[in-house]
Amino acid sequence: MSTTTAARPYALMGEFDTPASALHAAEVIRDAGYKRWDVHTPFPIHGLDGAMGLRNSRVGWFTFIGGTTGFTLGMLMIWWMGKVDYAIPVGGKPLFSPIFAFPVSYELTILLGAFGTLFGMFLLNRLPRHYHPLLKNPRFRNVTHDKIFVVIECADPKYSDSTTRRLLEEIGARHIELVED
Amino acid sequence: MAHAVEKIPSYVVAPPPELEREPLVLHNRTPAWISDKIAGIAEGKTPTWWWVALVISVGGMLMMFGMVAYLISTGVGVWGLHQPTAWAWDITNFVFWIGIGHAGTLISAILCLLRQRWRTSINRAAEAMTLFAVVCAGIFPVVHTGRVWFALMPGYLIPFPNANAIWPQFRSPLLWDVFAVSTYGTVSLLFWYTGLIPDLATMRDRAVSKVKKFLYGLFALGWTGSNRHWSNYEKAYLILAGLSTPLVLSVHSVVSFDFAVSQVPGWHTTIFPPYFVAGAIFSGFGMVLTLLVPLRSICGLEDVITTRHIELMCKVILATGSMVGYAYGMEFFIAWYGGNPYELYAFQNRAFGPYWWAYWTMVTCNVISPHLFWFKKLRTSMWFVFLVSIVVNIGMWFERFVIIVTSLHRDYLPSSWDYFRPTYVDVLTFVGSFGLFCTLFLLFMRFLPMIAIAEVKAVTPQADPHHPMGGAKLGGAH
Repeated sequence: MSTTTAARPYALMGEFDTPASALHAAEVIRDAGYKRWDVHTPFPIHGLDGAMGLRNSRVGWFTFIGGTTGFTLGMLMIWWMGKVDYAIPVGGKPLFSPIFAFPVSYELTILLGAFGTLFGMFLLNRLPRHYHPLLKNPRFRNVTHDKIFVVIECADPKYSDSTTRRLLEEIGARHIELVED
Repeated sequence: MAHAVEKIPSYVVAPPPELEREPLVLHNRTPAWISDKIAGIAEGKTPTWWWVALVISVGGMLMMFGMVAYLISTGVGVWGLHQPTAWAWDITNFVFWIGIGHAGTLISAILCLLRQRWRTSINRAAEAMTLFAVVCAGIFPVVHTGRVWFALMPGYLIPFPNANAIWPQFRSPLLWDVFAVSTYGTVSLLFWYTGLIPDLATMRDRAVSKVKKFLYGLFALGWTGSNRHWSNYEKAYLILAGLSTPLVLSVHSVVSFDFAVSQVPGWHTTIFPPYFVAGAIFSGFGMVLTLLVPLRSICGLEDVITTRHIELMCKVILATGSMVGYAYGMEFFIAWYGGNPYELYAFQNRAFGPYWWAYWTMVTCNVISPHLFWFKKLRTSMWFVFLVSIVVNIGMWFERFVIIVTSLHRDYLPSSWDYFRPTYVDVLTFVGSFGLFCTLFLLFMRFLPMIAIAEVKAVTPQADPHHPMGGAKLGGAH
């Protein structure tokens, strides 16, 4: 590399001490019309989803898809293996019945439902993402300890260096810092 | 890292005495204290007791592997099994270990759905216990097949195209069990890992050495505590709890089908599924207490796993122990009321036949001992709780032994009646499985946070935006 490019700004980060102040800050930022922003917390805060204006999570759809796939797959597998591909008649018992196929299909419903849930969550959250500008910031490490960070991205259409900074000051951020990409 | 006991600030108005509840984290500990304390257990210098315990456990584990190698190379004849007792310690140990796992899932899933917030202090360790118990359980049914390579080869237990073009027999409850136990192990692992992600991020952010930072960071998947992530995460966690609840109830039901679907007197009963599930939770809580009562004082976690937590677990033992006691009585009643002489004989033989000593050991341990927990004084005495938890473990092992061996050893033909005796290989394999279990648990507590850090923080008043200590202005609402 011959040239060193100056680091681009990524976001303005404001630090908060208590969940109540972060909740209040989130309401103000939501009402100010920002779109690309987030609150980073060490623990889930009750009511913050509403304060940020987030919709109900859609993870459940992935569970549903996984679960129905599991059940259908289980029933079809047992029917095909025991009745179609290689029938083993024993004591006049039916070669397929949804009754004896149920326990295995039930377990597969749960198994694929659980995988659907976990991977659905990863997909919605865009995880794993091992590189993140915030993770380079030494102060941000406290996010998994006891500090709360409100982060407004520079890419937000409403973002401006001065007004956004003033907004964070007004809503009571203890420490404001520009994070570089 | 010494923190003084935090005083409750004067602006916090105490609720009226009748509404006051014992806090989940004592001494008003802050979120910062919680991370320092819990992560500190895995970060500090390795204590000597840990090394001693590890050496003993690894010894036990190696002994078990040695016994298993001997069995595989020689044949199942090295165990005391012979007709008509074709199942004995192997399946007893399997049911014993799989049952122990159930408390972990009950704590993490059912108590989550029931909004029992005290579960946060114990769910991580209990879920780890579940995983390790399932590992121990899985060994026995696999090695009891004798020619283990067939059991492990895809196509025999797991449906997979093979040279014989034959598929597993889906009409057999034994195959249902394969699916139930493997699903249980997998989903427990997913649930446990999901819970670990935010705490792995805590460990990553605290790590000093580069290797640790890399490894914790790798498994933390780049968690930043974003609330947009928490929103999906919390929903996924809730759904996993909702999936694990019918799962845990089905697993031991399916295990009980191994017996109940057969025609053997003493096994062929409809009470088995609920009775097995209650017994599993009973034994599992016994094991949770056996592990956590000593660990909370060794690791100084009395403020997080409080006396109240221990007491609540004792109450679960009391409730499930009573269900188990009821099931024992009902089994006997139905054996008489059902009017089947073979069934009645199986039960008379259990209580008064050659294995009477096992039956009465089971009754003493499982029916009588939990009722001591009616007394608050005994529930709060840690030595006593520890003692009873071990008694419960012993009793539940005997329950499975009684169900399996007494039902088999006298079948329809008196000429083939027999008295089962274990060989040293039986005994050492079982004892060694505790070595495997403890080895895994010791490694877990050394390298991972043994209490769910983020979840415990979330139940403190400091994390509640509507509580004055969470920064809310007086009057409650923000």
